[in-house]
Amino acid sequence: MSYKSTEIESPVGKILKAREHVSQNEGLIFEKSAPGKRGMELPPLDVPAVDASKALGKEFTRDAVEGFPEVSEIEVIRHFTRLSTWNYAIDLGMYPLGSCTMKYNPRVNEFVARLDGLATEHPEQPAEVSQGCLRILYDLQKCLLSITGMDAATLQPVAGAQGELTGLLMIRAYLQSQGNPRKTVLIPDSAHGTNPASVVIAGYEVRNIKSNARGQIDTDHLREFCTEDVAALMLTNPSTLGVFEERIAEIAAILHERGALLYMDGANMNALAGVTRPGDFGVDVMHLNLHKTFSTPHGGGGPGAGPVLVKKFLEPFLPVPVVVKKEDGKFALDHNRPQSIGRVRAYCGNFGVLLRALAYILAYGPGIRQATEDAVLNSNYIRKNLESVFDLPYNLPSMHEVVFSDARQKKNGVNTMDIAKRLIDYGFHPYTTAFPLIVPGAMMIEPTESESREECDFFIEAMRSIAAEAETNPQLVKTAPHSTRIGRLDEVAAARKPILRWKPEEGGSR
Amino acid sequence: MRYLPKSPSERREMLDAIGVQSVNELFESIPEKFRLRAPLSLPAALSEPEIIQYFQARAAENSKGYTSFLGAGVYSHVRSVVTDALVQRGEFLTSYTPYQAEFAQGTLTAIFEFQTLMCQLTGQEVANASMYDGSTALTEAVLMAERITGRHRVLVARSVHPEYRHVLQTYAKNLGIQIEEIGYTESGQLDRAALRKESPEQAAAIVVQSPNFFGVIEEIPALAEVAHASGALLVTGIAEAVSLGIVRPPAEADIVAMEGQSFGISPSYGGPYVGVIATRDKFVRQMPGRLAGQTTDAEGRRGFVLTLATREQHIRREKATSNICTNEALFALVATIHLSLLGKEGLREQALQNLAKARFAQAELEKIPGVRRAFSGPSFNEFVLEFPRSVKMVNQDLLREKIIGPFALGTHYPELTKRALVCATETTPRAEIERLAAAIRKILDRPV
Repeated sequence: MSYKSTEIESPVGKILKAREHVSQNEGLIFEKSAPGKRGMELPPLDVPAVDASKALGKEFTRDAVEGFPEVSEIEVIRHFTRLSTWNYAIDLGMYPLGSCTMKYNPRVNEFVARLDGLATEHPEQPAEVSQGCLRILYDLQKCLLSITGMDAATLQPVAGAQGELTGLLMIRAYLQSQGNPRKTVLIPDSAHGTNPASVVIAGYEVRNIKSNARGQIDTDHLREFCTEDVAALMLTNPSTLGVFEERIAEIAAILHERGALLYMDGANMNALAGVTRPGDFGVDVMHLNLHKTFSTPHGGGGPGAGPVLVKKFLEPFLPVPVVVKKEDGKFALDHNRPQSIGRVRAYCGNFGVLLRALAYILAYGPGIRQATEDAVLNSNYIRKNLESVFDLPYNLPSMHEVVFSDARQKKNGVNTMDIAKRLIDYGFHPYTTAFPLIVPGAMMIEPTESESREECDFFIEAMRSIAAEAETNPQLVKTAPHSTRIGRLDEVAAARKPILRWKPEEGGSR
Repeated sequence: MRYLPKSPSERREMLDAIGVQSVNELFESIPEKFRLRAPLSLPAALSEPEIIQYFQARAAENSKGYTSFLGAGVYSHVRSVVTDALVQRGEFLTSYTPYQAEFAQGTLTAIFEFQTLMCQLTGQEVANASMYDGSTALTEAVLMAERITGRHRVLVARSVHPEYRHVLQTYAKNLGIQIEEIGYTESGQLDRAALRKESPEQAAAIVVQSPNFFGVIEEIPALAEVAHASGALLVTGIAEAVSLGIVRPPAEADIVAMEGQSFGISPSYGGPYVGVIATRDKFVRQMPGRLAGQTTDAEGRRGFVLTLATREQHIRREKATSNICTNEALFALVATIHLSLLGKEGLREQALQNLAKARFAQAELEKIPGVRRAFSGPSFNEFVLEFPRSVKMVNQDLLREKIIGPFALGTHYPELTKRALVCATETTPRAEIERLAAAIRKILDRPV
């Protein structure tokens, strides 16, 4: 295989030299390796050395790891710095991925997460020397309960999907304690894919319910579907269309009448914080995505945290351990909870993510409402300025995000993915494409509160310009991006004959 | 508010452009009775210095000034400032999952490197990037074995990390997976006689950890033979990944579930860490989690994309291999940078230092009257001692000496209340090992 960008014709023949900038030619770390180089040295051993094969037995030992990189410190710095320049990021500009809430990740949160005495703490150390960690967890729980209007919390789940599973397992344990765990969980067709996947792991069957013409839960349908077998409805509110379920009270009442529970996927809590509380509108159990609403960095795919908040009657079923404040004012981990669903992860979850979320909440205090207002303001401003150009399949009040479709551009053969890729050439990360599934050719835009009016205006101009290009020069849009280091990649080939690791014979030639 | 980039007049102009009088009109779709009228009950907003003060105060309430001999799944190892400097680049820190490949080649290339490193370390053919941690990786590995074999019974060694087993129980409970636990012998290894009695021929998997929770290395090739003879898979967990610098990789295992915390990730009171599943190529389509694959663009330039997504929830919904979406990508990057720095020689040297420190600690502690080594199997940087009295009582006294003592195995094994799991790594100074030995000697000298 040859890599054209790395080879250019020069007066002395083909050379491996930069065309635009040397960083554009960066290879893999393994391709820089040479025996004897290293990027890190250890202090000398202060105890007698031990021969591994003598100490462990030859059958339990290995030679040095074959193929492992051997590079110097500066090469590591350059390699990863160069790679980083190929990424887009919130720190570079607007990242309007609908449903992902890509907001500013405050730097002070990074600083405090690395403090000596926090980053250094071992999860098994005794409570006597962990009071600071435990108090952070306790304070965060209190804040999240206040924001959601719920009664009890677990911070153990480490992602939204794990929060979903935890909530469902608690529903199951509760219903089981009432005599019958039931069989089915209802999920609207607009839901995230994690919802049905979590339902299956919780041992339930998924029953999809269709949204009505307004993209909302059809309460007549819900009455019909909500049989004795139904354990819960999993509802994202606002929905993935960015629309609040107007009949939420009626939905909760229908479920509760029939002994089923209302689970709220809190992925879109950025539309609600400080404005309304799920605990007040009938939600029994919910999760939050701290890497969305509460600003912890997404890091290219994680880490996250997915705390679960419940009403009082579900408290006995929380995962172990539970952080408690004792009568003497000391904090402790309570493991003695006979009705608990068990553990969903080792230790207390992603403590480092949890403390960043607390730092975020402390920065706003009750003013968190202003963030919510600005997020909804930005999304409505973008909607207002683009609705004459793009098709709006559901003409309903938008909250933190707005969902257009590519229906008008499709006439010229330009689809949502093409428009998304063309946005890259205008300096923006694409919006979310092809989701929710109830909107064919969806373009899901969530600006968040972190964008200035100026940045919103740039985005609007870019989108209007692309819409015009789709009329006048659709090919330009369909072949975008034109400004990145590489063009559109062959995903079909990648999946047909997967190359999932570097091998000297396959990637060795530069 | 410093995080919000709008002036009051800009907000006003935007509202005018939308055509509403007040921002409250944008929330009218929320039924009125559910709209909050009062501000939330939260602590008053803090400035940046005040936030730092709050967390410094919390840090001071923890274990500063204490020396720790805890391992038990979370290890203190060297970390380079280079790693932290690089992962704090906003382009890595503040980017999303790399679905838009052209705009995320940095993350994707690093993921591909991570997958390669994990294969090299574990002796497996393919590795994902990533799982939440070791406990959930092990659990997902078991679910994967169940899908591959179509069997619903799992034999799990009691010497697997107790919290990992607890997570597995929670997940397996409602899936019709029957878990049976297999004990350990005097060597600290899995009891193979007991294993044979449990008729592995109906099992989806035999699940072990190596080094196991007692720090003892299991005989992976022999266990793989037992498993394979009966059509079961061998799932091997690894909690102390630095061991792979000198310990033979579990190449004969069918699925390896690893915790990567030891690769440059701070303990942080339990997370975030990074889990990995590594397996054989033939099982890749049953594997959960993200995978980056190599491909080319129209001009033949090498690039990387997320691939085989038909295993994942956003495509397959209830038929997906797992519900995992957000994972621990940033910590997979930490591990990649850390291992690139450490390199082939560095990792081996680090592992050898761990072995030497643990052997030194063992020798020092065994000199104490009444203290003896328990479990005779080969161990890496953790080993088990038997005290003449309850480990918890000894640890209470050690705490007064500003020492966080070894892990009390009685916490999870009622039959082992006098046994302590001691950990020493390259970061444990010789003088502190000697101080621990002296302190225990003094404590045990005193009558109970």
